[in-house]
Amino acid sequence: MLKIKNLHASVEGENILKGINLEIKPGEVHAIMGPNGSGKSTLASVIAGNEDFEVTEGDILFEKANISELSPDERAHKGIFLSFQYPVEIPGVSVTNFIKTSINQIRKARGQKDMPANEMLKKIREKSALLEMDRKFLSRSLNEGFSGGEKKRNEIFQMAMLEPKLAILDETDSGLDIDALRIVSDGVNRLKTKDNATLVITHYQRLLDYVVPDVVHVLMDGKIVKTGGKELAKELEERGYDWLKEERAEMTS
Amino acid sequence: MELKDKLISSYIAFEEQIDLENDIHEERNRAIKFFESTGFPTKKMEAWKYTSLNSILKEDYSIFPKKEDTVDYKDIKKYLIHDIDTYTIVFVDGIYSSHLSRTTHDKLDACLMSSALDKEKYKPIIDKYFNKIAPEESLTSLNTAFAKEGAYIRIPKNVVAEKPIQILNFSTCREVALMVQPRNLIIVEDGAQVQLIERHQSLTENAVLTNSVTEVFVGKNASVDYYKIQNDKTTSSLIDNTFIKQERDSQCALHTFSLGGQITRNNLKFFQHGQNCNSILKGVTILSDKQHVDHNTLVHHTQPNCESHQDYKGIFSDKSVGVFNGNVLVDKVAQKTNAFQSNNNILIDDTATCNSKPQLEIFADDVKCSHGCTIGQLDDEALYYLRSRGIPKKEARALLMFAFANNVLDSVKIPEIKQRITKQIALKLGVELGFNL
Repeated sequence: MLKIKNLHASVEGENILKGINLEIKPGEVHAIMGPNGSGKSTLASVIAGNEDFEVTEGDILFEKANISELSPDERAHKGIFLSFQYPVEIPGVSVTNFIKTSINQIRKARGQKDMPANEMLKKIREKSALLEMDRKFLSRSLNEGFSGGEKKRNEIFQMAMLEPKLAILDETDSGLDIDALRIVSDGVNRLKTKDNATLVITHYQRLLDYVVPDVVHVLMDGKIVKTGGKELAKELEERGYDWLKEERAEMTS
Repeated sequence: MELKDKLISSYIAFEEQIDLENDIHEERNRAIKFFESTGFPTKKMEAWKYTSLNSILKEDYSIFPKKEDTVDYKDIKKYLIHDIDTYTIVFVDGIYSSHLSRTTHDKLDACLMSSALDKEKYKPIIDKYFNKIAPEESLTSLNTAFAKEGAYIRIPKNVVAEKPIQILNFSTCREVALMVQPRNLIIVEDGAQVQLIERHQSLTENAVLTNSVTEVFVGKNASVDYYKIQNDKTTSSLIDNTFIKQERDSQCALHTFSLGGQITRNNLKFFQHGQNCNSILKGVTILSDKQHVDHNTLVHHTQPNCESHQDYKGIFSDKSVGVFNGNVLVDKVAQKTNAFQSNNNILIDDTATCNSKPQLEIFADDVKCSHGCTIGQLDDEALYYLRSRGIPKKEARALLMFAFANNVLDSVKIPEIKQRITKQIALKLGVELGFNL
């Protein structure tokens, strides 16, 4: 589904990603772990099409098509979804109107008609219940005055509404208490099918107890330095990242 | 001939059309003298620092329009709020159009200034209210000198006007360039309520200069909800002078939607004259194409325990200019005043300009007054967030601008106006959005 080949990216002239190779197949959950500043969020942003980042080398293929040149909205139309680490507050736009606009713009881009109002309403009800969201929440301005947990739940609610093929969860677990973490990860798990894929980006192993990855990658200094199964996450939790740095240093020397 | 000289010499001709025995003629004489001594305002005056009238004063305006032009309902239909039943007072080139209007004397007066000025039975009211709160200033005086026609509205004590009243001023192509000076008088007596809609609209591309004066008297515990729709052609300019006097326990909300026109200057002044008054001034300005809008507001708090809220939002692009000069004056006796003012602006591109100048003069020591103004661009982060959800750039920008203007529309009480303005904003932003925010 997603194939990243030798991806280099920079922001304001500084190289952040230095040759990433990654392949995610339908039905898979991949986790990317790594210390702060290793480039995890940059990778998420670059896949989603954030124009602040410049791809200097390499390709991103989504369902075999090169999407490197596509805008963020065009990528969303293809079925890529990014759950933001820091969702933006937008006063004056309600959660409901936002998600309606989003769904119908995506449908428009795919040559479909607007979703009928009753179908939309039903879906909003169903998906907000999945995330245990209060009805009042839906008429509030998008993310304005939301707690950290509410913001993340709102992200996963949007994901549930949009049903993306590839969902990238950027530090979705950070700042969540254990209840919110359970609700959010339950939501993610229930949305999993054999046809969609999830890329979980996290600093901590905690989320991976709930959303169990098939593959774990370790990102350091803009490169994937180790790939393994879910047990790699446990090992990182116990041993930290320093041993990997040393291992790398030995390999290069 | 310069416009000033032309106006002064026209005054002699004007005197031939009117009743010189009428008491108000004294006021006209005084007003023209005042205008003669001051002339038009210039940028040297502090209140006109950011707005020059030079470009519009050089036109050779016709001061006395010819007879009423034949304008059909179909020509003006789209400028009317017609989904709801209203009283309408329509003027074409400054002259009352009876076949387009729906006036009334039943329960309330929604009719003509000319009859109010001329007919004996209105004399006590004219004596009491006419030209009582319009200050002696160059443009108001000029209007007073030529005051002859406009809307006369009186809502008697405890009457709730069941239908909104529309005041519509159209201009046509008869004259090469036209100057009109409507004069409105609106009296809302104690405990009465009314909704008003005012619009100035050119039907052609000829130059039009409107210098309008409106005096509004809001009685004790009365309520006025006033909407000004300014969406004229780029060949039309408007100087709107509106003065509002509020008695105790009254409320007056005035929304100004400035979406088009060449130069628009809003001189909007509220005088609170009793305790527990609430004055609400809101505005949405969306400009492009070298348009210029200047909001010059004043709320004068003269009594204790009153409130005022000013909230103006502006979106500017393509060499357009926005000015906000918001004044709040709190007298020494006006303790416990709550006065809020905010002016937020978005500049869409580098060619647009915005000047925001809040002025608070507070002589009381136990008040809550705040003001804030911002001038910025659209938030790139927010734009990216919306786009990452599949909303294309253009729509995402429009959505953000909509959201920005939204809280001003929130307080609009006539749904059709809200829809219209929403639609106009969408149109101005060049998008089709499938919902009302």
